Amino acid sequence: MILLGEDLVDPYGGAFKVTRGLSTDFPGRVRSTPISEGAIVGICAGLALSGYRPIAEIMFGDFLTLCFDQIVNHIAKYEAMYNGKVVCPVIIRTPSGGGRGYGPTHSQSLEKHFLGVPHLRVVASSLVHDPAAVLRALLAQDSPVLLIEHKLLYPLHLILPEGGRIEGDIAEQHISSDGLPTVSIRPVPREACSFTVLAYGYQAELARRVLSRLAVEEEIFGELVVVSQISPLDWVPIDASVSVTRRLLVIEEGVEGFTWGSEVAARISSRFFGELRQPVVTAASDPTVIPTSKTLEARMLMTSGRVERAIRQVAA
Amino acid sequence: MVFVTDVAAPLAGWVDPRLAGASGEPRAMRLYRRMRFIRRFEESLLEMFERGLLNGTTHACIGQEADAVAVVEHLTDDDHVFSNHRCHGHFLARTGDALGLMAEIMGKPEGVCGGIGGSQHLCAPGFMSNGIQGGIVPSAAGIALAKKLDGGAGLSLVFIGDGTLGEGATYETLNLASLWKLPLVVVVEDNGWAQSTPSSANMAGSMHDRFAAFGIPVFEIDSTDVEEIDTVAGHALAQARTWEGPVAVIIHTYRLCHHSKNDDNRPAEEVAARWELDPIEIHGGRIAQSSRAKIDTEVESALREVIDRALSL
Repeated sequence: MILLGEDLVDPYGGAFKVTRGLSTDFPGRVRSTPISEGAIVGICAGLALSGYRPIAEIMFGDFLTLCFDQIVNHIAKYEAMYNGKVVCPVIIRTPSGGGRGYGPTHSQSLEKHFLGVPHLRVVASSLVHDPAAVLRALLAQDSPVLLIEHKLLYPLHLILPEGGRIEGDIAEQHISSDGLPTVSIRPVPREACSFTVLAYGYQAELARRVLSRLAVEEEIFGELVVVSQISPLDWVPIDASVSVTRRLLVIEEGVEGFTWGSEVAARISSRFFGELRQPVVTAASDPTVIPTSKTLEARMLMTSGRVERAIRQVAA
Repeated sequence: MVFVTDVAAPLAGWVDPRLAGASGEPRAMRLYRRMRFIRRFEESLLEMFERGLLNGTTHACIGQEADAVAVVEHLTDDDHVFSNHRCHGHFLARTGDALGLMAEIMGKPEGVCGGIGGSQHLCAPGFMSNGIQGGIVPSAAGIALAKKLDGGAGLSLVFIGDGTLGEGATYETLNLASLWKLPLVVVVEDNGWAQSTPSSANMAGSMHDRFAAFGIPVFEIDSTDVEEIDTVAGHALAQARTWEGPVAVIIHTYRLCHHSKNDDNRPAEEVAARWELDPIEIHGGRIAQSSRAKIDTEVESALREVIDRALSL
């Protein structure tokens, strides 16, 4: 296994310190690179074709645009294009998302541009998934992976299901055939929940907090489904929830229009046509640049307040 | 290189002495035989396209055969070749799997990539190609890094064209490959034209200096003579095998055919003048008439068999 990226090596240890200590523990296998995202990811492709398990760190998710060709036309294509003669198991990790005041080019959630790319897995870290287990599952299979890590999750503690519970809520874990978890969290049995909220990453944590409060303060009961792999989706746990609640809200931080939520809404509307009690609701950030100003950013991005408004809309 | 599924044994590789040359055949005759076969293979392809027997598109290397054949003379089984859209010559020189390539271009399941890759996207032991300009250079550098980490003897070689020097990924990779002293060989086949645009309208500064700027030694030759290219490639590959970092080979050559199919707006007199430097004729002239005729006949019969077998698959 080899880790490549910008400014990874100690004492700096990466822009968000995710790799701190690794270059000291594994000299030669954790390398700082020039500012060359295309080459970083492309070199990982060559390593993977040669039997290595490379992991690339792209310092900000915004910079994924600089490796789009390598991901779409090379890494995701090699295995299928060469009729299964090779595999190219590159993992590309990247800190994403806003809320830190970094402005238009260091705050985006660009993963929607990679959803539906054939043979590419897009996975997002969440507090309710064990990152070591997710990484182990990803390393145990051969597809390339884009791993999205929301920056605001780094300082938070994991909230993993224990004994079927998360902080008093019922927490049910479903593991896909590829070993990737979906965690469904509900304050009361599913039959007593009147809607389902589907989310990932930092938005899932915002939704969890809002749902927890609404359950206690107003007896509004919804089930939160947190997926780790956002494309392609494992529909089993989503269908299981929506088939009972028959109402769905999909939340994401990326900007609205041609989104993850739109795809989910299309699939769920088709699967449950005639059974849903209302159209699927989608919530996403405004379709514009992310302002640097704290006030303007909070107005434009999906925040706790907007998550709550969306939940009230689906719960109404 | 890791292959996760069984790679079918080459359907007809260099094991056929009519393509490879029998063991012990003088080098000059082998070089001629292989160039001649690549030429006739691609001429046959273009003919089949015209007759509507093939689907899609192709990029022939007619006029540039000497590059592939000469460079491959200096490769070992440990080395890896990455090629581009104009890859048939490189593929045939490297693998000899003419039937696998023909079946691939015909879109047959028996093709080297089951008909999925087609003309530009080939994979065989020690060989890959992809149709995105410049994007293959980092892949090749990654393979070079793997070879370096493995501590093995092999190196990674990538063929690019002059047009690819317009791609940013190329320069990101040259910098990294030089910085990390990767066993990477970049072979630039400068045929003077990027599709329909001449180098003069594409390129500022010097081709040589692009590599020199990264501290990469450059072996440069303006020739379509396979023996001259063979000599330069030998020096370049020997340098690469010292493991002191990447090397570049710039071969100024000429594409005698159109870019893909029926798309050639170059001045007719320019193309005609370059036919005087046809590598097949330059080198063929060195071989005794009777030997040359014998090789030509053998190549023709082998090619006929390849086409007939591929058509019957």
